[in-house]
Amino acid sequence: MTATTPVIEMSDVNKWFGDFHVLKDISLSVSTGERIVICGPSGSGKSTVVRCINGLEHHQQGKIVVDGTELTNKRQSLAKIRAEVGMVFQQFNLFPHLSVLQNLTLGPIKSRGLSKADAEARAMEYLERVHIPEQADKRPGQLSGGQQQRVAIARSLCMEPKIMLFDEPTSALDPEMIAEVLEVMLELADEGMTMIVVTHEMGFARKAADLMVFMDEGRIVETGKPDVFFDAPKTERCTQFLEQILHH
Amino acid sequence: MIALSTRFKWLAMCLLLPLLVSGCGNSNLKWYVVSPLTENGRINLKFLIAGTWNTLSMSFLALLISIVVGLLIAIPGIAKNRGARKANMFYVEIFRSIPLLPLILWVYYGLPEIAGIQLDYFWAGVLALAISDSAFEAEIFRAGIQSIPRGQSEAASTVGLNYYQNMRYVVLPQAIKRILPALGNQFAYMVKMSALVSVIGLQELTRRANELIVTEYRALEIYTILIVEYLIIILIIGQGVRWLERKMGSDESGNANQ
Repeated sequence: MTATTPVIEMSDVNKWFGDFHVLKDISLSVSTGERIVICGPSGSGKSTVVRCINGLEHHQQGKIVVDGTELTNKRQSLAKIRAEVGMVFQQFNLFPHLSVLQNLTLGPIKSRGLSKADAEARAMEYLERVHIPEQADKRPGQLSGGQQQRVAIARSLCMEPKIMLFDEPTSALDPEMIAEVLEVMLELADEGMTMIVVTHEMGFARKAADLMVFMDEGRIVETGKPDVFFDAPKTERCTQFLEQILHH
Repeated sequence: MIALSTRFKWLAMCLLLPLLVSGCGNSNLKWYVVSPLTENGRINLKFLIAGTWNTLSMSFLALLISIVVGLLIAIPGIAKNRGARKANMFYVEIFRSIPLLPLILWVYYGLPEIAGIQLDYFWAGVLALAISDSAFEAEIFRAGIQSIPRGQSEAASTVGLNYYQNMRYVVLPQAIKRILPALGNQFAYMVKMSALVSVIGLQELTRRANELIVTEYRALEIYTILIVEYLIIILIIGQGVRWLERKMGSDESGNANQ
């Protein structure tokens, strides 16, 4: 691990949804090539952290710097950061009216100005990477959940981001589909992609994570290297949580 | 009779309607005034049907304008900015509340005095219909756009699309499909409401019927023909919308976004 330059720097980030204090003093530093897995009970704010990093949610206090650009409400800073950050959603959010190939080329053509031919060549390359090039001409609705999520990963990769965010990428999948998605994510991790993954897949976390982050009630309660984190968690709350999810 | 497809069964029935009415034993009906079998009847029928073009072109132009204006009005209605939403509400509430007939009269007789713009019958009709309908279109568009899950726009923004591109390539193509039946409704409604433009003198279907009645004194027969004319037009529009729906629906099988 060459954890040197931080690409994401969150310092004392606070956020409220109305009266609800959803993020409390979140500070987190992510280096290039680092893989971070965030876990915690539902409602702990883990998805919100990830959504703040690419500006889908706005934080009200604190500072988020992504690849040297501070995240503000300004349109330019948002556009600049989103160009570097890919995102994979729990519900895939593929465009149902477009073919798989069009899902992948829409961003590169419209926002990166690639020619159709270049964008399609790139799209096919990434479809190969997620092992479903033969599905290029189908509609998302014709694919299984696992295939849809892999298309969603490929769609993000087509923008050639520096950082990939995963917001519970396997939570909406049938159990037999989870493995194929995690496999793709592991391959991505092996290639050195900087990743922040919100997940309860602890097998994946053990294999891929450089750092585990445990959140509860809007706070980062515990961080640690996976082996330490899993075998000897420091806090009571984290021990409880791990017991519950590892029991199954 | 030969078996007709169900699609045309209704049309055939409408065409038979006058015969049915006349066959009810009412000997006072004088169908010869619009009978295709007599010279005079043919001339009268031709005169009535000649209004179709004005009715259709006026309704269609008004629909196009109201769709464009309606969309432009709907966009601020879904904005985060409260002022924009208020402006949208203001427009919708005002123009939804103005009855069409006074609006037609106002555009035709009022605009020349206020703005010095004297529109002819046709364009005054188009403008009044379009303004009136745009408020309804705006609400239809707003509902359609809001029915598209937020995740679609979020995904669009993460692949670098800006607001306009998101609307143009992601949200609206999906929304249009959902609001097509409602747009079809509005078109049918517009065709029917265009009859009101007859009051300022445009020779569309209704005006022509009224003019013919003045010379022939046969209101029941001529108005029956008039109703059948509208019926046929709107049934055809209905079929057209269904066809469009089928055509657009076929390219999205399954549902990717629950």
